[in-house]
Amino acid sequence: MNNPMVWVIMLPLLASLITLAWPRRAHWIGLLFSVITLAFSMVLVYQVFNGGPQTHELGNWNAGLGIALRADALSASLLVMAMLVFTATTFYADAYFSDVNKRMRFWPLWLMLSTAINALLLSGDLFNLYVTLELLGLSAVALTALSDNRAALQASIRYLSIGLLGSLVFLAGVALIYTGYGILDLELLAQRIQAEPLAQVALTLMSAGLIIKSALFPMHFWLPAAHASAPAPVSAALSALVVKVSLYIILRLWIDVFDVVITPASALLIGILGAAAVIWGSWQALRAERLKLLAAYSTVAQLGYLFIFIPLITGLPEGQLRETAFTALVLLALTHGFAKSALFLSAGVVQHRAGHDRIADLAGTSRALPLTTFIIALSGVALIGLPPSGSFIAKWQLLAASIHSAQWWWIPVVATGSILAAAYTFRVLGHAFGPGDSAGKVLNWGREEIPALTLALFATVVLGLGSAGLWDFISNNSQFIGG
Amino acid sequence: MNLFNSLPLLILLSSLLPGLAIFLLKEESHGLRTLLNLLGAVTKLLFVAIMIWGVFHERDIEMRWALGPGLELVLQADALSVLFVTLSTILWLVTTIYAIGYLENTPHRSRFFGFFSLCVTATVGLALSGNLFTFVIFYELLTLATYPLVAHKGSPMAVRGARIYLAYTLGGGILLLIGAVWLHTIAGPIEFTQGGLLSQLPHLDPNALRWIFLLLIIGLGVKAALFPLHGWLPQAMVAPAPVSALLHAVAVVKAGAFGIVRVVYDVYGVEFSASLNLLPFLGAMAAFTIIYGSVKALSQDHLKRRLAYSTISQVSYIALGTAIVGPLATIGGVVHLVHQGVMKITLFFAAGNYAENLGVHRVSEMDGIGKRMPATTLAFSIAVLGMIGIPPVAGFISKWYLGLGALQTGDGIWVIPVLLISSLLNAAYFLPILYRAWFKRAVTAWPEEKPKTGRWEMPGALMWPPVITASLALIIGLFAAAPYSPLEWASLIAEREY
Repeated sequence: MNNPMVWVIMLPLLASLITLAWPRRAHWIGLLFSVITLAFSMVLVYQVFNGGPQTHELGNWNAGLGIALRADALSASLLVMAMLVFTATTFYADAYFSDVNKRMRFWPLWLMLSTAINALLLSGDLFNLYVTLELLGLSAVALTALSDNRAALQASIRYLSIGLLGSLVFLAGVALIYTGYGILDLELLAQRIQAEPLAQVALTLMSAGLIIKSALFPMHFWLPAAHASAPAPVSAALSALVVKVSLYIILRLWIDVFDVVITPASALLIGILGAAAVIWGSWQALRAERLKLLAAYSTVAQLGYLFIFIPLITGLPEGQLRETAFTALVLLALTHGFAKSALFLSAGVVQHRAGHDRIADLAGTSRALPLTTFIIALSGVALIGLPPSGSFIAKWQLLAASIHSAQWWWIPVVATGSILAAAYTFRVLGHAFGPGDSAGKVLNWGREEIPALTLALFATVVLGLGSAGLWDFISNNSQFIGG
Repeated sequence: MNLFNSLPLLILLSSLLPGLAIFLLKEESHGLRTLLNLLGAVTKLLFVAIMIWGVFHERDIEMRWALGPGLELVLQADALSVLFVTLSTILWLVTTIYAIGYLENTPHRSRFFGFFSLCVTATVGLALSGNLFTFVIFYELLTLATYPLVAHKGSPMAVRGARIYLAYTLGGGILLLIGAVWLHTIAGPIEFTQGGLLSQLPHLDPNALRWIFLLLIIGLGVKAALFPLHGWLPQAMVAPAPVSALLHAVAVVKAGAFGIVRVVYDVYGVEFSASLNLLPFLGAMAAFTIIYGSVKALSQDHLKRRLAYSTISQVSYIALGTAIVGPLATIGGVVHLVHQGVMKITLFFAAGNYAENLGVHRVSEMDGIGKRMPATTLAFSIAVLGMIGIPPVAGFISKWYLGLGALQTGDGIWVIPVLLISSLLNAAYFLPILYRAWFKRAVTAWPEEKPKTGRWEMPGALMWPPVITASLALIIGLFAAAPYSPLEWASLIAEREY
């Protein structure tokens, strides 16, 4: 039991159960446990950094029979990002929910969501991926329904049915693999998979399910309503983490396990869908009338960039160029996680103070909520991909990878996406700079603004200036690249 | 790390840290804000002085910070960067004093001075960039830091002007980024090297290099306001006067021109650019912009608009000097970086004073203004004479060396008529202003005259800055041959480039 992988799953699960039994102290338990879990996730990163990819077999049952937990650089770095976002959002949520009833319902579900995310990232076999994906989907839907208005309920019902459909299709693929190969462990599968129709069909099914869940264009239609109508801390977790872990499974399958099955055409197809998502999502974000809807559409677009990396990574020869492109993908995913959660949290502050989040009526926000406006600007910088954010470095490498692999057609997509992102970010800021009457202090709502600021600074400064560390980490400790 | 290597960072921090602290200040803490502003400006000047000494004695001044494979932040000081850093540091100090006076008792001063400091930080970072990657980073940061300054007033006009500014500069930024990444993939890290980096690398596809040059020049040309990429500049003049001064003389326009100089001299190498046939393209673009800006300036009645078009024309002298091969033209172009800055900032300070003190925004309202505001108008007149190129004001030196440079290379002879026509046009749109100001009789009342307080024509914080910069323009023109003068420094740069 003295393995951090076990603890990062058990602690939030335990916390979730305790808050169920002791609702009045729920927020203390939530804060305490998320901080401790964060610490354990950092220990795990330290172990991976020093000792390479980690495996832990629960109860010492061998893989194939028992359950194996695995962590490599990809899952460990996503895990730390998830725990940082989760912890900051937990502090925020503590101040956000004033209604006692909502608080009581919020905490167990919230901690269950964290359990599911952590367990998914550390799962070493397909069946556990399915189980954690299902757990994740259900807690996410229940959290979305916490905003008890009609629109939110409709959105969450749709979210639920789409999510179930996605899981079922994924499960069908998993079942096919099990009948064909008799194993579900990812590492063993990676050695045995062959480029045959069964594997192709199974991968197609699993990917289809995951594409639905990660809202890749054109399966994104459920996302904006669900993410925009959930309470702000929930939206932050949904956009920053929940869709991203489905994407994590796709990456794991496409680049790591099923790499022999992937054809250039299929990689190109998923890249084209990603490109369409970039353009369409950014365009819709530009037209959105509400700040949270804008943020949700921007998630559709930002996920698109991550999919564009797949044809680039598979198209590059094994070696340093491929590693660089892969690390850039991780860097972009991490930056987006921090930036988007910061944006949703500040949208929540605006909504609380102004009573609405209609972009056209935001005049005077920069006067009344200077720090919140600043946080929105910082996350906007990261979404556009301007320096000093991590996504600037990532987009530089994305462009470089397009040139290296002679897939120049992604360059105009990235350029257009960035221009549109600048347009929607500065549309908000332009309105916020407009004249208004109420002047506020720099820091008004510390318990909400400080967590959001921390996340935004992670996206813009820490990941931007410290990105060299990520390169060391990923290139030395990934099972990936050619694995 | 010794003192010299940490100088670039110290220079950045001397405006970054005060800027961040100012954001947190209350509106009312006027004294503390002023103290922080001036402390930062003076500290920076001190560091820059040490740096000048170091570069002159050929000390290595460089620091590096890795961001990923092949991507390094490099801050370094060479003769060219020191020239630009010194210019922006001195003018920043003067502009800060001016802005403190100009913005007295207006809202959002903490926000304004915060972004003001960030803007100068970005400019100085850009000047000290040691490779193309670092340059691109600071180039984009400069865009971000100036946007809130242009939008500062919050009026629909200001927000619109800021939006246009952003659309142009971010669009240009993306082209610059694509060009830089492309160059990076075929040639590895692009360190700025005296004499040019690419000329030393064999086996590069000349056609790819030509396309990349085009992308880079368009990306930089947006900020340098080369025709047809200049559209944002007249719109951005809705900004407060100190911001206009900064945009036109110190930061944005200069950053573009400086980038062009860097790309031609230190990335491609001027002789290598010439062998790729890239310079005629740049020269034609610059020459056309020079004439176009002057012609447009003729018909502008709004003073700041006339000055904006004059900037479009004048900044292209720098690009023109870059496009002519030969050390004399290089000197002319590079020294104009300084001369244009000092003269143009004077003009914008004066225009701001007219608007602030008398409500005069248009040339047609300036009859007899010399009698009412003699010090400001005298400063304005000196700068105007310099812009036209009348000795001994600084502008004459730049034009003289550009002309000599054109004569030195046989095929640059077409530059001479461009210089002559442009000087005539400069006289045609500037001299009528002086005539009105000094020789016409004043109208009965000024549009919005402020009551006179104190012994000067207006508060000292507003009156002295144009007087100081005009004197500077006169001094660097008169003592152009003195050691450490901009001209001597430009000669040093030309010597090291060839």
